[in-house]
This record gives sequence, structure tokens and C-alpha cells, in this order.
Amino acid sequence: MNDFINQLAFGWYPYLAVTVLIVGSILRFDADQYSWRSQSSQFLRRKQMIWGSNLFHLGVLVLFVGHFVGLLTPINVFDAAGIGHGVKQLGALIVGGIAGIAALVGASMLLHRRLFEPRVRQTSSIGDIAVLVLIWLQLVLGVATTYWTMQHLDGEEMVRFMGWANAIVTFDPEAPSLLSEVALIYKLHIILGLTLFLITPFTRLVHIWSAPVWFLMRPGYQIVRTLSSKKRTDGIYAASPNYGDTTTVARQKSETGQAGT
Amino acid sequence: MKVRAQVAMVLNLDKCIGCHTCSVTCKNVWTNREGVEYVWFNNVETKPGIGYPKDWENQKRWQGGWTRKKNGKIVPRQGSKWRILSKIFANPHLPEIDDFYEPYTFEYEWLQKAPELQAQPAAKPRSLLTGEVMEKIEWSGNWEDMLGGEFANRGQDSNFEGIEKEIYGEFEKTFMMYLPRLCEHCLNPTCLASCPSGAIYKRAEDGIVLIDQEKCRGWRMCVSGCPYKKIYYNWSTGKSEKCIFCYPRIETGQPTVCSETCVGRIRYLGVILYDADRIEAAASVENEKDLYPAQLDVFLDPHDPEVQAAARAEGIPDQWLEAARRSPIYKMAIEWKVAFPLHPEYRTLPMVWYVPPLSPIQSAHEAGKISALDGMPDVRSLRIPLRYLANLLTAGDEAPVATALERMLAMRSYMRAKSVEGRIDEKIPERVGLDSATIEEMYKIMALAAYEDRYVIPTAHRELDEDAYVLRGSAGFGLHEGTGGKSRTNLFGGAKSTPKKPYMDVPT
Repeated sequence: MNDFINQLAFGWYPYLAVTVLIVGSILRFDADQYSWRSQSSQFLRRKQMIWGSNLFHLGVLVLFVGHFVGLLTPINVFDAAGIGHGVKQLGALIVGGIAGIAALVGASMLLHRRLFEPRVRQTSSIGDIAVLVLIWLQLVLGVATTYWTMQHLDGEEMVRFMGWANAIVTFDPEAPSLLSEVALIYKLHIILGLTLFLITPFTRLVHIWSAPVWFLMRPGYQIVRTLSSKKRTDGIYAASPNYGDTTTVARQKSETGQAGT
Repeated sequence: MKVRAQVAMVLNLDKCIGCHTCSVTCKNVWTNREGVEYVWFNNVETKPGIGYPKDWENQKRWQGGWTRKKNGKIVPRQGSKWRILSKIFANPHLPEIDDFYEPYTFEYEWLQKAPELQAQPAAKPRSLLTGEVMEKIEWSGNWEDMLGGEFANRGQDSNFEGIEKEIYGEFEKTFMMYLPRLCEHCLNPTCLASCPSGAIYKRAEDGIVLIDQEKCRGWRMCVSGCPYKKIYYNWSTGKSEKCIFCYPRIETGQPTVCSETCVGRIRYLGVILYDADRIEAAASVENEKDLYPAQLDVFLDPHDPEVQAAARAEGIPDQWLEAARRSPIYKMAIEWKVAFPLHPEYRTLPMVWYVPPLSPIQSAHEAGKISALDGMPDVRSLRIPLRYLANLLTAGDEAPVATALERMLAMRSYMRAKSVEGRIDEKIPERVGLDSATIEEMYKIMALAAYEDRYVIPTAHRELDEDAYVLRGSAGFGLHEGTGGKSRTNLFGGAKSTPKKPYMDVPT
């Protein structure tokens, strides 16, 4: 039974969670972009937002990048670079610990605000509250793991998690067995983390995908949209509009009932 | 030269009676929905006053508009792209809904359904955010109407800069005017520049600035970026919304709802041709007082054959060029110079302009002392301080505003002489640098203000941009359900809503 649960949680669940995350997000983006937003409540109540939101988001960003790089980079890369397991473990512990506490403080402020500020509470959906509670729990679990991690600073456990993550992305069926012996708190942390992936497409968390880094690459500041793709001259019908097909093709499609406008 | 056309607006404040018909009709058409109960795409403020939202003109506080760097480049006052992104988690310059007002309704149903009581039933106000009873309404959409409140409050008005304002708190010296406000549909909008998603855009064909609701992710930088505070965050849908200049009406040649319903006939709509290549230089001039003349330089003369040729090369239809030649906006803003941009110092090059209001002379006692030529008092003796109007319209430069007021006074004197005394006095227009034909035309456009003179709007030529053959069958019967302006709840979540309490009326 334990083996089955282990296989379910660390062998199959990751694929389910990541598949739902990716496919679900694409479907939502395709079907309903109007619902795709950060849904900030700062406008309704500013209190606790400046500190809470900044601490939370910056902390989570560091944690996210840390987990991503730390878990998915093959251990050989670190070995080749001459970074010892103990050093990496200590680095992860310090950076993760600081970012984790910052994010936890921020999340606590945001959760307090969401639950006890009437305006925010009354306009929150179940999803808004659930997401924040789950993330808060995940941060608590994550910060709590540092106690167990300090028991083995040689990085032995960490190497196991790296092996598991690598095995998952390389479709190695041995992946779940690597985690059968680790402490329960790590297991819970992983399961809850995957659950957050799973619910992302159905909540406001989709705004993560839209982090507007492209803004920095926008040439200049202004945006002008033109109706026609080609220039007209003298008010005479000079150019055909472009729907991705040539007009002839569009017309043929239209006649056969394929034109989706 | 890159010629573009814009449907611009002028509001003749001299005729505004502050009836709010524009605001109410606009609201009923566009913002009568959950999440935007507090939103007035068009509102009318009584000036002096701190306005809506509170203190909106104080850019030290809100960081709206542009600022000119030492190297002569302009950046949004709230920061360059990096700095805007760094504020994305919590925007320190974002107003709170209380800076507008907490929307509310009344328990109207209780008035009908109350049982027999010892006292009259009262309709208590309930918040449209929380649904809870509000003990006291502290602020609302037009709290300062007709100088409501103390001078200490409305004296905070930023346009008092450089004015000894204390005397205007005295009853005998007080003054007021109305300022109807809507989105300025700027040539150099900061809201657009601040949008990290690139959801806001300006339409090349008619200059209307719109927010792509599908692309908006609710980062809220446009709200703080716009110095006029005319972008509103919809707390229900999590998207920003703004005045759309009634583009479905404009495209069919009809005036906007606010213009159409204006009982004072103060609004004008017409085409302005401008040179898109000159925008950046005009917005970057060093001296703020030069921004108004710099914007005039961006506009192109529709009578100039070279401009017409360049416009045709850009695909602007002949009908639009004709409308540009007949444009009341061009006449008032450029030919007669009686209309001015609102706060040009924000460097956004706004496209909704204002004719400054005349006002009574300060006191009858002083009237005798003032040199009154043909019944024309000195504009500096008018009750509304010239500097106040200049702070509002020309970044503090009094001369252009004085000229405009003198021309309006001259129009009155000339027409009074003509219609009452039956004489044509050529000296009156000469004194203000006009001729009698121009004065007569000013009278026709500004005083008589016939419908067809106020609104010269060419229709959009969609038939040139779309292939109607391909589009056939795309309107009419469809398989999509109406959403009533809300996103429906589905697997991926829906809009937020106010918890309904007993006796709460339908929102707004």
C-alpha cells in the first residue's frame, strides 16, 4: 500500500499536475482571455499591501527560481563546476530560508488582510482565499523543512530530491523509489507544491504566465493600431484586407463554410 | 511628415451650466455595471475644488503624466519601464477607491416592504463593495458641487499655484466655474506608455485611445500613469476601463453620448490632422509654457495642398479631409485660438480642449473705475482670476488666455452693437486681431451653435478595411450567449460580485 501511495504521489501525480497546468493554461488562454488577470485588490484596500505583496512576491520569485535551478540542474553540472554537495545544501538553506521567511511574512500579511478586511473578504471568491491559504501552508511547510535539512547538511537528502526531479523530467520509472525514505514533511511539501500546479489554470495564479517582461523590450512607449494592413490611396479601394489568407482563399473558404471570423 | 487624423473635442466652458446631463447619460450607457459603480467616464467638477478623484491634479502625489529628464528626453513621471515593473506587486502611486468614493445604494425596497412602524421607514445606504450598511457617507461623485464644503478643502486645488488664494475664501470674492472632464485621448498618452501588457493603444484612423480588454492583465500602472485620472480599475473584472469616446457612435458619424445630450450645447466634435512625427519633440520642449504652442505646431493645416497630398498618401479618405477643413475644433483651437488643452504641463498633448469661461466683473463698485471700451471690461477684472485659468489651460501663461477672453468679449460687444444698436463697429474686431467676418463666424459656431456646426464627424470607412464578402453571415444569429457585460462563471472562474443583502437595490 505504501508503495502504491508513493508511486501515485511521486510517480504519477507530477505528470498529472504538470499536464493540467500546461494544457489547462493553454485552454483557458485560448477560450477566455477576458478572465486572465492578476485580480489585484490593492485598489479596494491599500493597507498591508505595499509590504505584504512585495515581500511575498519577491520571496516567492527567489524560491521559484531556486527550486527550478536547484532541482532540475543535473548533479553532474554542480560536480563539474566544483560545487560540493554540502556547499550547495548550505547555500540553498540560507537563500531559501531568507526568501522563505520573507515570503511567509508577506503571505501572512496578505492572508490576514484577505480574511479580515471586509472589502477584500466580501469580494473574494472561494478560489482567491483557497489559493492564498494553500500557498501560505506551502510556505509554512517549506520553512519548516529547514529544521530537518539542518540534520544532514552534507546534502544527501538534497541529492535525492535532485535525482527524483531529474528522473521525472527524463521519464525514468525509478523516480518515486528515490523518495520512499525521506521525511514526511518533504513529501507533504512536494505534494502540496504539485497541487498548486494543478489548480493554477482554474485560479488567478495564471497571471504568473503573464509576467510582463516584454514591456522592457517594447520599442519606445507608444502603440498605435491601424485598421488596414495596407495603405489606401486617395480613398479608393486600393488594397485588400488581410485575414491571413489571400482574398481568393478566404472567399473560397467562406463559400465552403470554413471562414471563421 | 506622417499625417494622422483625430476626432477631437472642444468644450465651451463659457456656456456650461453644470447640469451633469453628460455625466448621467454617459454613466447610464457605459458604466452601469458591477465593478464600475464608482466610475464616471465623464464627470463635471465645480472649480475651485480638489475634484474627482480627490486632488487629481497634484502630480507630486500621484506621479501621473511625463517628466523631462536633463538630457531632454521624456519618461513617465512614475518611472521608466524598469521602475514601473519594479512597482508591479504593489503600486505606491495607485489611488484607493476611497479617493474616488465608496459606491453605495439605498434600501429602496424597504420603503415599500416595511410593515407598519412607529416611525417612518428610512432607506439606509449600503456599500456596493461589502453590502454592509454605511453609517455616514463621507464623499461621493460630486461632493463639491456648487462650492459645497469649506474653502479650506477646495483651497487645496492645485490651480491656486502662484495665487494669493486666501482672499478667494471670502464670500464677496469667491468665484466658481464648471469643468466637465473625460478622457483626453492624448497624442502622447502616459497610460498607454505605462501599460506593461501593451493592452492600451491609440487608433490611427481616429485617434481614440482604447484598452484591449482581452489583453489587459490588471497591472494597474495606467491608473497612476494617467495624470487626469481617467483610467478606472474595475474591481469586479480586474481590468482597467476608460472613456471610449463612444467609438461605435463616432464611427457612424454620430456625436458621443455626452455631446449629443449636452443641453448647453457646449461640446464640439471635429477632425484635426496632426503630424505624428512631431509628437515626441513637441512633448519634450523644455519650458512648460511652450507646450501649448508646441502642440499647436503638431496640428496641420487642412487647407494646405501639401498636407492634403500627404494625408491621402497615408490613406486618409477625402471625406475626412473635407471634415478637417470644416472642423469647428480647428477653427476654435487654431484659427481663433480661443480653446486650450487641459494641463499641457503633463506633456501628454491632450485632445479635449476647453474654451475658458468669462465671468462677471469683480464688483459693481469697481466697475466704474475699470476702463470699459464698448462695454468690454478688462479681462483682468473678471471674477475668475486669469492666473487660475492659465494654471488650468496653459501651464500658467496668462497671455493666450487673456487674448481668448478678449476675443469672446469682443464677439459680444460686436454683436450687441450690431443687433441692438444696428451698427457695424469694425474697430472692435480689430482691437483683438480679428475681422468682422471672423467674429460673425465665431458667433455662428460658438453662440448659435447649430447641431451641424458643432458636430462635423466623418464616418469610418470600414468597407475599405474589411472584406464584407468574407464577413457575411458573421452578425445576427450566433451560438454565443449574451454576457450582460460580465464574464460568466465557468470552470476558469468569473467576475467578483457584491454580496447581496436584503432590500439592496440593483447596483447603480
